[in-house]
Amino acid sequence: MSVVPSTESLPERRRVGDRFGDLFLHGLTGAAAAAAVVLLGAIAWKIFQLAWPAITKYGLAFVTRQGWDTVHNKFGALDLIWGTAVTSFGALLIATPLSIAIGLYLSELAPRGARTVIASLVELLAAIPSVVLGLWGILVLGPFVGEDLEPWLHRHLGFIPLFSGSPENAGILVAILVLTIMVVPITSSVCRELFLSVPAELEQGALALGATRWEMVRGVILPYTRTGVSAAVLLGLGRAVGEAIAVTQVIGAGHGIHWSLFVTGDTLASKLAEQYQGAVSNLQIASLVYLAAILLVISLLVNLAAQFIVRRFSHEHAGQN
Amino acid sequence: MAVDAGRYALTLSPRTRRRKLVNLLMQALATLAALSAVAVLAIVIVSVAQRGASALTLDFFTKTAATFGQSGGGVANALVGSIVIVALATVMSVPVGILVALYVSEFAPPSIAGVTRLALDVLNGLPSIIIGIFVYGLLVIGSGQAAWKGSFALAIIMLPLVARATQEVLALVPSTLREGALALGASRWRTVLGVVLPTSVGGILTGTVLAVARAAGETAPLLFTTSIAANAVTWDPRQPVLSIPYDIFVLSESPDPADHARAWALGLVLISFVLVTSLTARLLLVRYRKRLEG
Repeated sequence: MSVVPSTESLPERRRVGDRFGDLFLHGLTGAAAAAAVVLLGAIAWKIFQLAWPAITKYGLAFVTRQGWDTVHNKFGALDLIWGTAVTSFGALLIATPLSIAIGLYLSELAPRGARTVIASLVELLAAIPSVVLGLWGILVLGPFVGEDLEPWLHRHLGFIPLFSGSPENAGILVAILVLTIMVVPITSSVCRELFLSVPAELEQGALALGATRWEMVRGVILPYTRTGVSAAVLLGLGRAVGEAIAVTQVIGAGHGIHWSLFVTGDTLASKLAEQYQGAVSNLQIASLVYLAAILLVISLLVNLAAQFIVRRFSHEHAGQN
Repeated sequence: MAVDAGRYALTLSPRTRRRKLVNLLMQALATLAALSAVAVLAIVIVSVAQRGASALTLDFFTKTAATFGQSGGGVANALVGSIVIVALATVMSVPVGILVALYVSEFAPPSIAGVTRLALDVLNGLPSIIIGIFVYGLLVIGSGQAAWKGSFALAIIMLPLVARATQEVLALVPSTLREGALALGASRWRTVLGVVLPTSVGGILTGTVLAVARAAGETAPLLFTTSIAANAVTWDPRQPVLSIPYDIFVLSESPDPADHARAWALGLVLISFVLVTSLTARLLLVRYRKRLEG
């Protein structure tokens, strides 16, 4: 390492010490990194090990079976997968355009002085603990949804099955709204950084050709960042799928598969959070962890896809410059 | 000169007018979206503050919960429990997080650094309830709950946050500093411990504070690891303890309005802590980065 030409050679003791020190620090940091990678594997292994009794008993049919009957020990995940899908996609449907709009505002429109302030306020939204958001969701947002929003939707759009049924203070729609609040800060801050990464000469070129700002956004910024934005949406999806606490607080622990957004329901994660002390039989515990295993697989797939896109995206654009 | 008046007129053609209108509309929508996000933040904070402030008395912080049927009482046990759990989680996660970051940015060959980074990102994306169940299976089954087991679960959540924050700061340390140290004949480990790490200590600290703020609000990992606890103040990490987020979770599920009042007060305590710490850390981080980037 030390190739400094010096008139005196280093004392032998220091050289040995340095070699040992280098090796030691390299080994120590390497061990920590290996531990982090092993940890990920250990989590997957432990979850599947705990779920194994239920996996061998029910097989994959567990995924397509409905109902959670603790009396007769009959368990199925379909209701919960449905609930997870509806709440997550509902939240994404609202959060995606909102996040893109916020990202555009912060990168293109906001006055320079206010830019960082507003950006950090939006990011602070992500810092609110989910349990506090859930508390607010059930005691403030829930009554508003049940007494004002849902009756209004029902009156005007009741012919759509999504808005049929009687309004409730807890249910799928409240969960969708709470998840939206959790997803928006994540997705919008990624979007903002993506939009800021668009080369200025492309933007100025479009403006110089006479495009309005919106035409520049539609013609230059959005096409340029399309893959990146899809990764941002996937990151948001990962967050929405895995949120347990806030969803448990607002979704009302219902069962069955319904088209209406007003009814109560359950997701994979919220079922786990509800039953943490209620599980008695071993099979019931194993079935609960089976739910966790399904959740783990979904969230691994979503996260890996997002990371894959992010890494390819940054490669592509690094190549162009 | 005969000038075609229509062509050079100052009035806009219908097409241009429509384009401008669409442009204005889109700008208004984007502004509205940003405002609505800020408004939601304000609404949540104001609702919590309004409902929680009146219950915050000295007794609230110094007494434990009232026995069944009585009113009043405080949350001292949950407060102490949260402090114990989060402090221990910080002690567990920060050294490992810093070491992982040092390996990735100072020692690892690019391919291994990439794998480690991917593992950290995936770990960061795992639902926190999964981590709770993992620790339940690893440590709780057979031997019961304890505060340190909750800390272990929180440490897994903090690890990628600390490692990521440290990595970002290490990347900002000018390579001239490293080269200078090496050129003076310092060995690799002396350069890392004597030059690189001290330069990045400010950034690592703020990153740690952000991770602490995140961990303090986590409920899901504690459900399975430290939730069944006695109603007494204990600093012993071998006992299961209550915590502020778990308390809020339980109280919010109760039908009793008195419980809701306590939940709001706890929510105010938690949200103030989280918002103040993360805001301060963010401001410090911005200042620190500016100084480092010169």
